[in-house]
Amino acid sequence: MAQTEMEERQVQDGPAASPRIATPAPQAFGGTQESAGEPRLRVSNLNAWYGSKHAVADISMDIASNSVTALIGPSGCGKSTYIRCLNRMHEVAPGARVSGTVLLDNQSIYDPDVDPVRVRQRIGMVFQKPNPFPTMSIAENVASGLRFLGVKSRAEIDDRVERSLKLAALWDEVKNDLKKPGIALSGGQQQRLCIARAIAVEPDVVLMDEPCSALDPVATLKIEDLMRGLAEDYTIVIVTHNMQQAARVSDRTAFLLAGEDGAGRLVEFQATADLFTRPQDKRTEDYITGRFG
Amino acid sequence: MSINVQPREHLYRRRRATDRAMTALMVAATVAAVVPLVLIVFFLLKEGLGSLNLDLITQDPNRPGRPGGGFRNSIVGSGIMVGLALAIGVPIAVGCGVCLAEYGQGKVGTVVRFLVDVLAGIPSITVGLFVYGLIVLPQGEFTAFAGAVALAIILLPTVARITEEMVLLVPRSLREASLALGAPYWKTVMRIVLPSAMPGIITGIVLGLSRIAGEAAPLLFTALGNNFYSTDVFQAMDALPLRIFVFATGPYDYWHEQAWAMSLVLVAIIFGISLAVRALFGTRVTVRQ
Repeated sequence: MAQTEMEERQVQDGPAASPRIATPAPQAFGGTQESAGEPRLRVSNLNAWYGSKHAVADISMDIASNSVTALIGPSGCGKSTYIRCLNRMHEVAPGARVSGTVLLDNQSIYDPDVDPVRVRQRIGMVFQKPNPFPTMSIAENVASGLRFLGVKSRAEIDDRVERSLKLAALWDEVKNDLKKPGIALSGGQQQRLCIARAIAVEPDVVLMDEPCSALDPVATLKIEDLMRGLAEDYTIVIVTHNMQQAARVSDRTAFLLAGEDGAGRLVEFQATADLFTRPQDKRTEDYITGRFG
Repeated sequence: MSINVQPREHLYRRRRATDRAMTALMVAATVAAVVPLVLIVFFLLKEGLGSLNLDLITQDPNRPGRPGGGFRNSIVGSGIMVGLALAIGVPIAVGCGVCLAEYGQGKVGTVVRFLVDVLAGIPSITVGLFVYGLIVLPQGEFTAFAGAVALAIILLPTVARITEEMVLLVPRSLREASLALGAPYWKTVMRIVLPSAMPGIITGIVLGLSRIAGEAAPLLFTALGNNFYSTDVFQAMDALPLRIFVFATGPYDYWHEQAWAMSLVLVAIIFGISLAVRALFGTRVTVRQ
């Protein structure tokens, strides 16, 4: 069973096995979607547009809780647009439009009376380029989400900052420099800072949009380790153009491809091991064997 | 296949010559741009330094025709009016600039931006006349408050447009980071965008301050000027540019000398404020990414 495989990885990923924020998980260490009962995110018939350009077409996908789901596909296949629809960040762009439904724990995030602000508090995001707030120190960066939520207690903030930085495997490197500006860190540290910032508000889901594409291989490995560890407490969706990365970190992988109309569609979605060894679709096989993309 | 070198060599020489000529022109233009500043400072020092003394900043003007005295009232008056103008103008201007940057993509934004540019082009004496009609005539007296309003109006377009530019420079990725943390849009603007743009906005405010601190025209019909020391903003008040104007065009030689000294003091104050602000805020934060 894949769960044992995951636990094996946990053992290997020593540094990521740091203290974790205790979140009431619906089922303890579900790990893979086979063992999980209800999916955390349930996407049906999702379509997204930029003005008149149809970027994502009819994607339906169940995303299991406490697992890592990878989205792969060639450039322009709509994977970034798709992931941005999952926490309503897509609509921030001018002219952007979405149809279809996204259910978070059976609650529609696109319901007219749902505030996108509340959605993003529960579904966090880490971006391609590390983007710490330049006016804030390391500690303030991690605390920023809590402050947006109105958390005032100094002790609680300090506690959460420390736990988040530990969870993001950054604590040991910055614990003496918490007052230094966040942008003084290296690229890989900045990205881990952004991950710490995202998980400090204890979201249910963390979306990561090519979080390693601006980083060197060492920093990339650190973040991959981190993702495996985070999957114990969080549901993680990662967009990556790096197939090895998808194979290394994810439990399930989805392959997206743009059709002739330019709109990205879901070609195949299955357990990562199966997708890379026994792809069901010819196009998936062509892509993972490097025939295009 | 042989390469035809001759025409290329010719081309290369011509390009090198053009490059050098253009570089020389640009150096000349740069020097020409600095020359006026150097000359101004030189003349101010030459004419003003000799008549500089402590009385100038500790005493008020003597009766006309009696040498001595100073312009403490003008310095304090300038400080009060410029400070009041900043207090009135900066919040409005920064708010306007932020709005233009964040919500000004449509037609309304284009119109407002155009109007702000028109306001920047209105002569300062016209602004003075406008405030004269707006405040001085109804109240029936010249007041420092009216002068400050006139200065604030002159300050407004400069600071508003610089604020807009600086806010637009804040990268989208920072807004997205904040929104993705579940911050409402207004909190994103107040806590992330504005602080990131602040060093640039402060530079804009200092530019505006330098401009209004040297304005005489908008004060002529508003603050009027005052030979006596006054800190009451609902009375006529003196200002350095006004006194320079009066003394420089007056009949006495010692007035002319004092006008030079005052000009030197005015330039030194503005220069000092610029330096101080730069030291305080200039290098602290730079927007990256």
